[in-house]
Amino acid sequence: MKIIVCIKQVPDTKGGVKFNPDGTLDRGAMLAIMNPDDKAGLEAALRLKDQYGAEVTVLTMGLPKAADVLREAIAMGADKGILVTDRVLGGADTWATSTTIAGAIRNLDYDLIITGRQAIDGDTAQVGPQIAEHLQIPVISYAQDIKVEGDKVIVQRQYDDRYHILEAQMPCLVTALSELNEPRYMTPGGIFDACAAEITTWGRKDLKDVDDANIGLAGSPTKIAKASDKVRKGAGEKIVPDSPEDAVSYIVGKLQEKHVI
Amino acid sequence: MNLEEYKGVYVFAQQVDNEISGIAFELLGKAKQLAGDLNEKVTAVLIGSGIKGLADQLAEYGADKVIVVDDPELKDYRTEPYAHALASVINKYKPEIMLVGATAIGRDLGPTVSARVATGLTADCTQLDIGDFPLVAIPGKEAEQKHNQLLMTRPAFGGNTIATIACPNNRPQMATVRPGVMQKIEPIKGAKADVEEFNPGFTPDKRYVTIKEVVKAVTDTVDIMDAKILVSGGRGVGTPENFKLLEDLAAVLGGTVSCSRAVVDAGWKPKDLQVGQTGKTVRPHVYFAIGISGAIQHVAGMEESDIIIAINKDEDAPIFDVADYGIVGDLNKIVPQLTESIKAAIANK
Amino acid sequence: MDFTLSKEHEMARQLFKDFAEKEVKPLAQEVDETETFPRANVEKMAKYGFLGIPVPKQYGGQGCDPLTYVMCVEEMSKVCGTTGVIVSAHTSLCCDPIQTFGTEEQKQKYLVPLAKGEKLGAFGLTEPGAGTDAQGQQTKAVLDGDEWVLNGSKCFITNGKEADVYVIFAVTGKIEKRGKFLKEISAFIVEKGTPGFTFGTKENKMGIRGSSTYELIFTDCRIPKENLLGQQGKGFNIAMHTLDGGRIGIAAQALGIAEGALETTINYVKERKQFGRSIGAFQNTQFQLADMATKVEAAKMLVYKAAMKKAEYAKNPKVSYSVEAAMAKLYAAEVAMEVTTKAVQLHGGYGYIREYDVERMMRDAKITEIYEGTSEVQRMVISANILK
Repeated sequence: MKIIVCIKQVPDTKGGVKFNPDGTLDRGAMLAIMNPDDKAGLEAALRLKDQYGAEVTVLTMGLPKAADVLREAIAMGADKGILVTDRVLGGADTWATSTTIAGAIRNLDYDLIITGRQAIDGDTAQVGPQIAEHLQIPVISYAQDIKVEGDKVIVQRQYDDRYHILEAQMPCLVTALSELNEPRYMTPGGIFDACAAEITTWGRKDLKDVDDANIGLAGSPTKIAKASDKVRKGAGEKIVPDSPEDAVSYIVGKLQEKHVI
Repeated sequence: MNLEEYKGVYVFAQQVDNEISGIAFELLGKAKQLAGDLNEKVTAVLIGSGIKGLADQLAEYGADKVIVVDDPELKDYRTEPYAHALASVINKYKPEIMLVGATAIGRDLGPTVSARVATGLTADCTQLDIGDFPLVAIPGKEAEQKHNQLLMTRPAFGGNTIATIACPNNRPQMATVRPGVMQKIEPIKGAKADVEEFNPGFTPDKRYVTIKEVVKAVTDTVDIMDAKILVSGGRGVGTPENFKLLEDLAAVLGGTVSCSRAVVDAGWKPKDLQVGQTGKTVRPHVYFAIGISGAIQHVAGMEESDIIIAINKDEDAPIFDVADYGIVGDLNKIVPQLTESIKAAIANK
Repeated sequence: MDFTLSKEHEMARQLFKDFAEKEVKPLAQEVDETETFPRANVEKMAKYGFLGIPVPKQYGGQGCDPLTYVMCVEEMSKVCGTTGVIVSAHTSLCCDPIQTFGTEEQKQKYLVPLAKGEKLGAFGLTEPGAGTDAQGQQTKAVLDGDEWVLNGSKCFITNGKEADVYVIFAVTGKIEKRGKFLKEISAFIVEKGTPGFTFGTKENKMGIRGSSTYELIFTDCRIPKENLLGQQGKGFNIAMHTLDGGRIGIAAQALGIAEGALETTINYVKERKQFGRSIGAFQNTQFQLADMATKVEAAKMLVYKAAMKKAEYAKNPKVSYSVEAAMAKLYAAEVAMEVTTKAVQLHGGYGYIREYDVERMMRDAKITEIYEGTSEVQRMVISANILK
């Protein structure tokens, strides 16, 4: 069985958000990590490898330093790493990103593609399903459990108030939730082997069946009109209401204003 | 893609078990506003099996028209027949704007459909407006500034950045919106839907998955670190029995009770509910600090909460230095009334 | 001289740090409070190869260099001194002598399961009458046919009752040297469960309280002839070689404890407010932290240098790392004691409270100045080298 796991190197927006003395976001302080949902996807692939002897290839699109997450994946047990990097691919939105990754995947044989549900920097949850769309294969998102039975995958698909047990024909794509499993650690020996391993690097010319009009910043249908970082908050409002009723209507008002209720 | 052909604000009317989800009504409320700005109409797209009877509800909440795609293949949500349904509607009816709920369904359907119809999608929007793109015309390129664009504002970077996105060259402009963000309108009782039925034909292919089992969830006890709303009590609550006030408040909000170290040391609550330096660090959407003085050891465990509401009878309590909304008063009087008020406000919606 | 760490070492450090933060840190207080050996975490570490880091792959180890091993002990010790010493004693004091002096059969039988973490190792040299004066050994081993018969006891043995494989030193005869009679000491491999090998007192300690510290008692304990480790009579050399490596491990433990205390204190002084500002704004605090940080950095340089020297030994057995190891251990241990003591002070009243980790770190630090060669012994090693 051949499995491709798409992973992304992201800043650790969940773990170590730090602010500068002036209250602005300190992006430089954030460690670069493997996206948590992707790591769960990788672990799922590695468990299938442990069980069935699958070959696991990890693929990432990013800057050259994204090779770090490929090495981390190999140190955890992945067999091969592919880095897709090229200046013209930069600034891509999810359409352009998924187009690019699909273009890379068309060069490979696969039974199963696993991606994370969403990345903790973009937070869109779009790239996985869009890759499946470009490749015209079935997609199952929000996987809480992944099993293989012959040429089919059996996935526990999470919804807001329930889950479905779904069966899909391979080749197909599954997006993993970080709740899917507890990813394994690397081993010290694995790290040294991973750093010595060869990473395949592909650029624009290696993408199959991909139009220039659909990649990079120019190929992105969504455009950023503006963006600003959060500033660390200080003290807010304080009221000394005359009566409990006043206090209550103040609080309810704020809860409604902030769409809590 | 001739952008001029695309007209109208469309809403995917999510239904589960043939019950329309609240998000659909919220999106209709927003769609009405956007349609007003554009001088357009609001259309709801209702996809399912045996769902025709739900169309009037959509009209009550603002849909001028309802396109119904009714087919046995659409009984339970599956990516493929639903994507085929919605993409076919888009290709035939050419909406200018397509809104989808950012639910476990919408966040799968949205990207699949947007890729199928080759347009952009912006996820988890917290704000939608009609405006210009670029926001400010580039000097010398005023003619290139587009008007009447959907401006989609959303958090990114783990919630640490707010970005406004536009989709100037592709149609429809698609956005997903989380439940609880937009407001639905006061229902227009007795409104009747202008229904149009549409069935693009569904031929199962390899992309159709098989549903082997449907299992509905049973809610469990929530770990305070996962809770979106925490109602936290400190020594000021007074007695273990008095925590009932906080539990009632948490119940109406769908939140969870947590506490400070003093409460754990007094034996009123177990250690796994403790927030603070020697307890857990939490980052809920809303943190109620009730009867909590706000010592640094406690604050260190909750200062990253999105909204902090503090109730304390001591005006000088340090908790007010970190609270977004601080109320100086008697929690014994305020909290029960607050619970009732919230209950009423929710019931009225 | 390049002070930057390689990519491999950076990744390894991140691995150990993640594991320590997620798995070891949450249990550290409880392990200390209840004196519980952290068996579940030891098994987890075994699973990821942390118990055989410097052992060659052909013997079930990870095949990494001493520096990688040092980083593991360092990162574990930052959050839990107990966990650091468990790894160190197992690796440096048991795996290393078997790897260095063992026969191929012994390596296959013992080193492989030790490196894989299937078995835990320990080292028994110290006796009630033989601490710094290792020659004061009284445990005897007598060859009887195909077996050695051990009689005597060892005390203060780390990994005590939890270990499976023990490297034990015993007197096997007398040698004459320049008209004086010295004890002939030899090394043996003893398995737990061997009849005649029992455990005595469990020590109730000031620090590293989760570490299993026991008395080992040998009463006509018979072990196969094949379990002699290295040449008969070379026991003292084997012990000294082993302790050289062990010192680097303990130096790493001390370094980790100091770093953990420093980091905790830096976070605390930023948050703690008195007189309207954080105490980190006061120059007294700042100057103390500056001194602490500088000493920790210096300790780190000595520890890493000793590790690099040991790496050279792997390529060239003529290389000695005794002095580097002694300096590293001497300095890191004294820095650990000083930094943890200051850390408690800088925490004020809270520093004295069990829930705030620094008091445990201070109690844990003390032993690093004592075991595997007291600071006085280290000074003897260093001065002997200077004055030779």
